[in-house]
Amino acid sequence: MTALALRLKRSGQLPVLAAAACTFALLMVGSLYSKNFLSADYLLLQLQIASFLGVVATGAMLVILLGGIDLSVPWLVTVGGVMSAAAAGWWGDTGALIAIPFGILCGAAFGLVNGIGVAYLRVPSMIFTLGINAVAQGLIVVQTGGFAPQDRSTPTMHLIATGRSLLGIPNALLVWAVIGGLTLFLLHRTTLGRAIYAVGNRERAAYLSGVDTRRVTLLCFVIAGACSAAAGVLLTGYSTKAYQAMGDAYLLPAIAAVVLGGTNILGGRGSYLGTVVGVLLITLLQSILSVMQIPEMGRQVIYGVVIIAMLLVYGRGRRHSD
Amino acid sequence: MQPILELIDVSKRYGGVRALEGAHFACAPGRIHALLGENGAGKSTLIKIMAGVVQPDEGRIVLQGQERRFAHPQEAVSAGIACIFQELSLMPDLSVADNICITNPPCKFGLIDRRAQRRIAEAALARAGAEDIHPLAPVDSLSLSRRQMVEIAKALAREPKVLILDEATSALAAADVQRVFALLKRLRDEGLAVVYISHRMKEIAELADDCSVFRNGRHVATFAAGTHSDAQIIEMMIGRDLDHAYPPKPPLPTVSVTPALETRGLAWNGRLHDISLAVRPGEIVGLGGLDGQGQRDFLLALFGVLSGVSGELLLGGKATQVRSPQQAKHGGLALVPEDRKTDGLMLPMSVRDNLSFASLDRFSRAGVVRVSKEAKATDDIALMLSIKAPEPGDPVGTLSGGNQQKVVIGKWLLNAPQVLLLSDPTRGIDVGTKQEIYALLRRLAADGAAVLLYSTDYAELIGCCDRVAVFYDGRIVRWLAGPELTEHALVSSALNVAVEAVV
Amino acid sequence: MTKTDLHYRLREHRAALAAALLFAAIFALYIANHQMGWTVPVLTTATNKGVLLAIVAMAQTLPVLAAGIDLSVGMVFVLANCLASHLVVGSALQATLGAGVVLAIGALCGLLNGVIIVYGRLQPIITTLATGTIYYGLSLGLRPVPGGEIHAGLADALTGALPGGVPAMLVVLLAVVLIVWVPYRRSVVGRATLAIGSSLPAAYMSGVNIGRTILVTYTLAGLLAAIGGLLLTCVTYSGEASAAIGGVYTLNSIAAVVIGGTSLAGGAGSAIGSIFGAFALRTIGDLLFVFDLEPLWQPLFQGVILLTAVSLGALRLLKVSNRLDLFK
Repeated sequence: MTALALRLKRSGQLPVLAAAACTFALLMVGSLYSKNFLSADYLLLQLQIASFLGVVATGAMLVILLGGIDLSVPWLVTVGGVMSAAAAGWWGDTGALIAIPFGILCGAAFGLVNGIGVAYLRVPSMIFTLGINAVAQGLIVVQTGGFAPQDRSTPTMHLIATGRSLLGIPNALLVWAVIGGLTLFLLHRTTLGRAIYAVGNRERAAYLSGVDTRRVTLLCFVIAGACSAAAGVLLTGYSTKAYQAMGDAYLLPAIAAVVLGGTNILGGRGSYLGTVVGVLLITLLQSILSVMQIPEMGRQVIYGVVIIAMLLVYGRGRRHSD
Repeated sequence: MQPILELIDVSKRYGGVRALEGAHFACAPGRIHALLGENGAGKSTLIKIMAGVVQPDEGRIVLQGQERRFAHPQEAVSAGIACIFQELSLMPDLSVADNICITNPPCKFGLIDRRAQRRIAEAALARAGAEDIHPLAPVDSLSLSRRQMVEIAKALAREPKVLILDEATSALAAADVQRVFALLKRLRDEGLAVVYISHRMKEIAELADDCSVFRNGRHVATFAAGTHSDAQIIEMMIGRDLDHAYPPKPPLPTVSVTPALETRGLAWNGRLHDISLAVRPGEIVGLGGLDGQGQRDFLLALFGVLSGVSGELLLGGKATQVRSPQQAKHGGLALVPEDRKTDGLMLPMSVRDNLSFASLDRFSRAGVVRVSKEAKATDDIALMLSIKAPEPGDPVGTLSGGNQQKVVIGKWLLNAPQVLLLSDPTRGIDVGTKQEIYALLRRLAADGAAVLLYSTDYAELIGCCDRVAVFYDGRIVRWLAGPELTEHALVSSALNVAVEAVV
Repeated sequence: MTKTDLHYRLREHRAALAAALLFAAIFALYIANHQMGWTVPVLTTATNKGVLLAIVAMAQTLPVLAAGIDLSVGMVFVLANCLASHLVVGSALQATLGAGVVLAIGALCGLLNGVIIVYGRLQPIITTLATGTIYYGLSLGLRPVPGGEIHAGLADALTGALPGGVPAMLVVLLAVVLIVWVPYRRSVVGRATLAIGSSLPAAYMSGVNIGRTILVTYTLAGLLAAIGGLLLTCVTYSGEASAAIGGVYTLNSIAAVVIGGTSLAGGAGSAIGSIFGAFALRTIGDLLFVFDLEPLWQPLFQGVILLTAVSLGALRLLKVSNRLDLFK
């Protein structure tokens, strides 16, 4: 391997660069199909759509860094959407004010239970979050009487999700930027961030170094729950209504985005910038597939093939003999 | 005597690191050949090449006169080379018999023949001198020492011509060590070629017929055992002269001082009973006795890892509760655990991140890390401990064992602990680094820290410690200090009481 | 067999036994409260639904034993369903050949998973996540809208009851266990799977052929999932490319494996336990129906029960006195 490639590999930035290169390639391919593809309008729209996935992927990444996985994303997204719209319905004007924080708080509450189950009861995250997903679904069904939720989103929610302020940048993108910026800071500059990487690498050693690893795990799941719910709030604002199973389409893409961004699925390694690039990649991929008007079947197959192909380029593990 | 296995001009590089360079090695049947050298000298790489776990970049392997290539461990095994590594090759969830016959098990109609497999396992266990182990027992229900015996039985079941042991006795209880020695001599007399790596000079003196010394990936010398003194051998291993193995000890204090750490009647779970000891600042207290008598558990109890601990604990004279490592840390305690790879370090993370991990609060304000302050502190401690790492950003997993252990110690030193607990800190560490650690411990004590050291090496206990508490069955049965602290006294108090207890 | 021998043998199977007891208790409760009670129609309906999940749970067990996971089993299940609705038709010979092709395709899907994991060196979770979408896409291609049919004789036979009241599906399940699981478990490759799940580095050092074992494991998982899909076609008489069904079966198979006593960390467990775990899961749903619980509350109760069932393992934490044992 050349010296440059070796340095890149060592710095751990190779996946991010590879993902960025693939994103760029996708843009080029897309522009072949439609001249519109590279227009500022279209790109901003893509960024706006990417923001929803980006918020979910942020929470997903934290849990994956710990070495776990959060399968409760689908229904926690719905919880965020339904509960925020419901708050507006229940409490009138006050409701409208606190709708957004309320929705997010509901998600965080579920995240707290996730954290307790995984960190304190030591149930594997895959199965516990699966259970929470089912419970969340059950609660929403009860709450909405089994019908599509009748409550509407508040005007604020709609504004945040669809509006553009600062220089024509979509508000949703600003939301993602803020959340992303905080996460980037958290992971790289705070003691909590170090602890997250340590727990993902070797929880025993982190514990014996005097760190409360269980609390770190708990916090990550709370944040992940809040992120899922926040995305739900945004989505509800975007379509002015919440709907059942609104989160189903976000679980796989979020995990794919995190992994394509170079985060190790087993935990302990990954940078947030990679996740950002991964989110853009997935969003562009989905957009291109719909621009090319490929039937649903083709879309699914290509989607899966592209993910595997990209991972084969830079996400491979080591040989056993190493 | 014609060698049965020869490695000629073998080289192996990992990235930029030269693990072996033009190495030569030959072992003959009917002889026990000891491999000596510091960590990083290339011994592990050499035997991994012999065992087919890694492939050499250059060089030849000649087995019974024929040149061979082993692409896979299984090929080496089929050729008659069996290796017992430090990291055991046992699957914890499977039974002893399943482990012993894991490859090429006896089959009937394409399925595993359990009865025949059991017979093979029982025969192998008997040959290894471990008939008491039940073949159906799951390996994870066995103690570390018993597991090592299963590992030996597994190697023997393959009817090897060459048997390689890498630190195979480091996990064994004393009784098993003697059994293994007898076994190795028996095998040698039967015509096996035995290659033996150990850092314990006494073992080598007792077992070896031939010795080979490696240093920095190169072969230094091969000679018959007994032709060189320990000092000469060490000099070959580290390339420099060693005057004193252990730093001098200060005289025992006469003035009484508040102990830095004191326990009164500490007990736990039927495994620790009524432990009362006190460690003064400036003292190095050792925990001795046979393996597994509660010494490790005691250190874990002090560090807050165990729940259900009763009795009193006083830190600096004040009664304290330590319910977690976090609390222990805040109380001024530090623990260097015995398994650095799984308990002491986050291997993929950088040297710097590992060094600062237990003391991040000192380099941060409101949870935000001051990177420059952290970098300075970690650089300083790395310098002070002479930690050899090409870049502080390199993953700590690429360092040698001795350097890794220094990182673990350095991690705690950054926290300026009042009490330093060490659990078998020099296990599997080369002589040079051991010396550095002994000197460091004495310096720390002189600066006012209290040190509690558990070691399975009697020489180390005698050389380093001011006083030693001998453990038996979870109790302290004898205190030894000053002129009483001899190997004979240590061994007899560890064993004598056992005899008395049986009677 | 001496007493210690018996002790060790029982210990080996204790998780599956616990799952069997759990299922027996739940099922007894169900039957006792069912209007019709222990009758052939009730048993047959319960079996038909339960066996489908049981077989997919068996499929999931194999990769889990190797410390992996297969998130595509549900989609292979759906793919087999759609394919069968095209191929398992016509004369008896054609239908049989068609069934053979369906099973072969399922095995191929599993093999593809294995190949990517072994030669691509990608993690199972992300590999099977991606291949799952591919298999779902293929299903959509086969059945953009629900439709198709299946050889009526075959479907009737498999979903009915044998003389004596034994549901035919149960016999099919038993056949699958005896022909696929038991030989696999007692074979070298089956044990190698457990070895890999128990400790991959130790397995490598011991000379276990890791690549071949993983390939066989995932291929068999695909095969079993396809058997399940074929049986689904017999039950529904049609093929439907439903992402919802695929997703539900995948996730429920994981739950069934856990309830059945197999650890997600691999190395120990049994498909028999997963079968009972699947039956228990299915029966819980029916139980709520039988107790006349308002339909609105059923999903919530099912979720809570699932959560409780998987958290039961936490009870053993109460005994832990060395907290280091909590951490990996």
